[in-house]
Amino acid sequence: MNDQRRGLLRAAGALAALLAAGLLKPIAAFAASWNKDAFGAKSAADALKSLGASQPVASKDVVIEAPQIAENGAVVPIEITSTVPGTTSIAVLIDKNPFPLVGKFDFMEGALPFVKVNVKMGESSDVRVVATAGGKHYVATREIKVTIGGCGG
Amino acid sequence: MAAGPMKMRATLLGGVTDVRVLMSHPMETGQRKGPDGQLVPLHFIQNVTVKVNGKTVVEGQISQAISRNPVFSFRIKGGAKGDKIEVSWLDNKGETNKTETAVA
Amino acid sequence: MRVAISAVLALTLAPAFAQQSQFEKYQKMVAEASPVELFELEGEALWKKKQGPKNVSLEQCDLGMGPGVLAGAYARLPRYFADTDRVMDLETRMLHCMMTLQGRSHEEATKRLFGNANQPSEMEYLSAYVAAQSRGHALAPGQSHPKEQASYELGKKLYFVRTGLWDFSCASCHGTEGKRIRMSELPVLYKPEATRPLIATWPAYRVSNSTFKTLEWRMNNCFAQMRTPEPVFGSEVVNALVMFLTVTAKGEPYRGPGTKR
Repeated sequence: MNDQRRGLLRAAGALAALLAAGLLKPIAAFAASWNKDAFGAKSAADALKSLGASQPVASKDVVIEAPQIAENGAVVPIEITSTVPGTTSIAVLIDKNPFPLVGKFDFMEGALPFVKVNVKMGESSDVRVVATAGGKHYVATREIKVTIGGCGG
Repeated sequence: MAAGPMKMRATLLGGVTDVRVLMSHPMETGQRKGPDGQLVPLHFIQNVTVKVNGKTVVEGQISQAISRNPVFSFRIKGGAKGDKIEVSWLDNKGETNKTETAVA
Repeated sequence: MRVAISAVLALTLAPAFAQQSQFEKYQKMVAEASPVELFELEGEALWKKKQGPKNVSLEQCDLGMGPGVLAGAYARLPRYFADTDRVMDLETRMLHCMMTLQGRSHEEATKRLFGNANQPSEMEYLSAYVAAQSRGHALAPGQSHPKEQASYELGKKLYFVRTGLWDFSCASCHGTEGKRIRMSELPVLYKPEATRPLIATWPAYRVSNSTFKTLEWRMNNCFAQMRTPEPVFGSEVVNALVMFLTVTAKGEPYRGPGTKR
């Protein structure tokens, strides 16, 4: 290990200690974490595994409102509501996208487990929504067909 | 590209505050070829935070598969006219933006 | 027997209807979740920005209802303007204001009329802002002045004139019911019922390429699709076609800027 690297690690360690002690604010005032593994997963199953949400149970209380056919895959509007009591998180996946996980929303006291979002879909696919409540996971899926309109270009 | 404008509307209806926020962001997937034939690098919002009167109520992590110029809707339990709603984002380049509005 | 026949009919007709109604849902949901207002915001800033050799904003631009009057102005275009003695659509008129009020050259002001996803053009932003100020106003293009009437007649005639490499007219694609290009329906634009909802929602944000498109762009692009030479921006020809379409759509409450595929 070279000196420069050792120096950096030392500095990082010092910074981490200061951060932990609450003496330094993070540069972005975010507790920003981004689940690289889950978002980098190439299958819905792997993404859910990374989220700790494998084997969700099908539930009618997870409701997906979306068009059956999208005139263009660049913007597909999806509205999601979970009426599973105590829902704290909703994950949205597009099964056939290169990286299926497209969003994960954590809801704290004060927010309803509801989100409306526009997603990109590469092709017709199932949209899979997993709601987490009380450590258990609930899933609903909806097929959305994606078409192309217009003259192209 | 500098962070573009953001716009938000928070409306109280039937005991629920509907928050609709518009964000200006290219949300590049890293798969798109630019006019020079080169791939445009990955550049997308990763985190979205919603606060009510300074308290975080929604933490969103999103991918590059969210549409360009993202539009989100969230719902807050209750809420009163004048409550301060703030939505902020952070992208993979460390750029941020935020907007704030009062519940109407 | 009657029940069986109607069941068969329902089966054969259902897919077509179901598909159309599903696009309607898509179009409705996309319009409700559209970033188009961001373009209006940028347009407002540009409208109020001091520019050009004269270092003034466009705020005193007369769009037909008096200097600076924007409420309902877009809905009353195209119309005849005495100071230029011609019919002008929104973009043509804004170009005129850029040159006369702001002192900008034609070359500079028309250098980049149509933008892209990363950088929309000034015209596109301005169109979004000005059009938004006509929300709720009924489309009422000028029809009383002889030049307005002549413009309408010219547009109507041009709609059916075949030209260019492929010998296309507007009517080649937009002349028969039930045609489509890939999955998009081709409206017959000399019929009010088809044209009203469309002209009421242009200019518009295009989700397929995240750009904001105006009517001058739409006409330009149609000509490109038809493989004809590029029409001159703000020309009598383009204005006449926009006049024809707007008159055909008259009375419809304007509800743009819109959001389209």
